[in-house]
Amino acid sequence: MSVHVAPIACRELVELVTDYLEGALPPEQHARFENHIAGCDGCTAYLEQMRETIRLTGTLREQQISPGALAALLHAFRDWAST
Amino acid sequence: MAEPPAPPAFPGLSPEERRLVEALRARDENAFMELIDRYQASLVRVAMMYVGSRAVAEDVVAETWLGVLRGIDGFQGRSSLRTWIYRILTNTAKTRAQRERRSVPFASLGDGDDGPAVDPDRFLPPGDPAAGAWASPPRGWDDLPEATLLSAETRSVIDAAIDQLPPTQREVIRLRDVEGFSSGEVRALLELSETNQRVLLHRARSKVRAALERYLSEDTA
Repeated sequence: MSVHVAPIACRELVELVTDYLEGALPPEQHARFENHIAGCDGCTAYLEQMRETIRLTGTLREQQISPGALAALLHAFRDWAST
Repeated sequence: MAEPPAPPAFPGLSPEERRLVEALRARDENAFMELIDRYQASLVRVAMMYVGSRAVAEDVVAETWLGVLRGIDGFQGRSSLRTWIYRILTNTAKTRAQRERRSVPFASLGDGDDGPAVDPDRFLPPGDPAAGAWASPPRGWDDLPEATLLSAETRSVIDAAIDQLPPTQREVIRLRDVEGFSSGEVRALLELSETNQRVLLHRARSKVRAALERYLSEDTA
């Protein structure tokens, strides 16, 4: 007995990308997603663009604190620690 | 060799966080500096989602640190230290935003269904034998130099795209993809269901991708 499984159109696939990357697709849907990707350059490029978007968004993180703010916090800490 | 028995306190904490909590309770200044190093910049960015200016956000964060110091002796470790700190931050920021009569981002509406991830014109129309397939497929970015991808200009395109998102989408993508929070942490902080969190993240990422694609294709045209 064969079960007819409708293929995913590119237009639908782009809406499943986050669920796919989050590991939230049910197994059968996950397999269909990967089948489609394996044979579709456009969707492969799309998925890569999404991964790249996530990576580049992560570069917005930066670490710095102004010396003035740090001094004020240290002062507050010493006040707190001495009570 | 037998594992050492786990300390009874703070079952929800990693050994690293447990160490920081214990050091802070012992009034260890280095532990406090370590926390500031780790979270200050991120806390300021998250505070800015609620209040208008960087100055006010820094104020909110300073108040948050005081709240951390005041609360640490009674901290139960039911959530991770990080989640606890961000909860103090969001509560402080919301109170402050109300005082400034700014609307609180995730109390606002307008984050509903707002269109597909990709412009429908990029796909073959219904009626076409290959309806729904790409008519104008995206091009990979792997031929672009890393210097272009990581340039200040590219980053400002991403930042501007995030700023234009509806408030809840903006919060979710900032926490997930900028600050690196897990989906569980974001759901706890913003009180979202798993599905809702994912839908919001999807819309946000899709729009940022589209903005990047527009920018990067004009750059290389």
